[in-house]
Amino acid sequence: MTTIDPLDLAGAKSRGKRPYFLHDRDVERLMTITMALAQEISVLRERLDTVERLLEKNDVLARADIESYAPSKKEAEERGRMIQEFLARILRVIQQERESISMNDQSSEDVAEELARS
Amino acid sequence: MSGKRKATAGKKAAKTHLPYDGPPDYRVVGRHGMFPDIGHDEIARFNFLAHMNRHLSTRVMPAVAEAFEKRVRPAFEKAEKRVFKDRHEVRKALLKDPMFQWWSALRRATMEQRQQAGRWVALRQAEALNARADKLTRGDKRLKLDPKLDLPRYVAAVDHHCMPGSYHTELAPGDVTAAANYDIGLFATTGGMLGRYNDGGGVAVAKWVKENLPAFRPKRILDLGCGLGHNVLPIAEAFPKSEVVAVDVAAPMLRYGLARAKTMGVENVTFVQGDAASLAQFPDESFDWIQSTMFLHETSFGSMPKIFAETKRLLRPGGVVLHVEQPQYAKTMPLFEQAMRDWDAFYNNEPFWTKMHEIDLDAFMARAGFGAGDLIHGGVAAVVDARVFPEAAKDDKQEDYGRKPAWHVIGARKPAKSVMRAAE
Ligand SMILES: C[S@@+](CC[C@H](N)C(=O)[O-])C[C@H]1O[C@@H](n2cnc3c(N)ncnc32)[C@H](O)[C@@H]1O
Repeated sequence: MTTIDPLDLAGAKSRGKRPYFLHDRDVERLMTITMALAQEISVLRERLDTVERLLEKNDVLARADIESYAPSKKEAEERGRMIQEFLARILRVIQQERESISMNDQSSEDVAEELARS
Repeated sequence: MSGKRKATAGKKAAKTHLPYDGPPDYRVVGRHGMFPDIGHDEIARFNFLAHMNRHLSTRVMPAVAEAFEKRVRPAFEKAEKRVFKDRHEVRKALLKDPMFQWWSALRRATMEQRQQAGRWVALRQAEALNARADKLTRGDKRLKLDPKLDLPRYVAAVDHHCMPGSYHTELAPGDVTAAANYDIGLFATTGGMLGRYNDGGGVAVAKWVKENLPAFRPKRILDLGCGLGHNVLPIAEAFPKSEVVAVDVAAPMLRYGLARAKTMGVENVTFVQGDAASLAQFPDESFDWIQSTMFLHETSFGSMPKIFAETKRLLRPGGVVLHVEQPQYAKTMPLFEQAMRDWDAFYNNEPFWTKMHEIDLDAFMARAGFGAGDLIHGGVAAVVDARVFPEAAKDDKQEDYGRKPAWHVIGARKPAKSVMRAAE
């Protein structure tokens, strides 16, 4: 049996110091994560396209039906909720920043000190 | 179903009126018998990367050139009250410009993504690939490995083009995964411009030799730094009666190379593990044609004179040596272009690239004993099936500098014995 684990090894670092180009390395790290996600989105779209074309070829659906699809009012609301939920998930940090404006939070360090006082 | 389809046939997916201009789908890549199994989404990953590279070279690289002309150069000249004196000054000034920074950050990330995508495919089936190579090469005299060979420092120091483990690392006995990864991912970096089997360079060299040396009938051909044999196979096929020896320091490349060649029906190549700077296993004057493609830029000044001296020793009188590389940084090449060509040297782990491209190769050839009158200079561009692949030579929309599949040839003839005597 091999011990070669692609999960560990596929993304291994190459020998040689990695250059960074942007002013803030964290921004560049975030950019590389974003580009990897962009790649996976592209992969998903391509896969969906394959599925649509195969369905059409096998007479299961016509892709033109997708283009001309118009949801009913109820369906539109269900889909609207999906988009709302998606946005709420990915923009959670902004929501929490907003809530913090009026919350007057204490840090746990401070709370710990407070709770230690008798 | 079909009736329904008619009813909506007027509605089509959004289209653009411009003709398609981009890399072909990955599935045009030639599948030889060593080619790894590759799934739908793995292919889609390579498609994305090919497009990403194309996007960077056609839409972002020009922006770097514009930023250079509009702000980087004027700012430098204003501050220093003089023009740039060399490509390093240009590169250091570019490093401060956001367009160069983002282009570079994206290009580096794309290269790392390419490595991960390829390694994923190769490593998840490492066992099967290694077994397949073993089955194809076991007991075959055309694979000559030397596990005791010392790895040159310039191979060990950095992993060339960010390829983790480089060409030589073996993750298991009989490993070929480094070669498999290299092979399947080349399409992503070149957008198909090297052709179905990534051999557009070798095809071009064979064509160049047939056109420029029509009477040349080499019996024995030596390829230095052959890698997995991409560019030596078309040469072996163009000269099917010749005995071809392909040398590399990296065992995974050689194993995969022979296995791949056999499944492609190319039987006249022997793959030998050896150091091109010291090939004592071959007698003097034992080759008619010695050649290398994209090899010298991954060596060093310590080894180059030795490599050139070996070619002089190993050539038969009347023989020819040819090295194929990206063009040298001639005085006539704009400093901006030189700086951009240096990108891979500094930011894609090709450190010797910058040094190799600034030297006088003719002088190196002369020091190895080749006469000035015997030198050969030429140029070749990748030869690909133009019905399927973009032809780089004709593609003026993109300028990918160091990655453009158009090369220079530097070489020499070793005078035939009679001529040498006459000269003495
Ligand atoms: C960029 S690759 C070129 C591969 C091939 N010639 C082609 O055109 O695709 C360079 C190759 O040179 C090999 N190499 C580096 N130094 C070497 C040396 N001193 N002797 C033999 N091979 C060497 C590396 O292992 C690598 O496979």
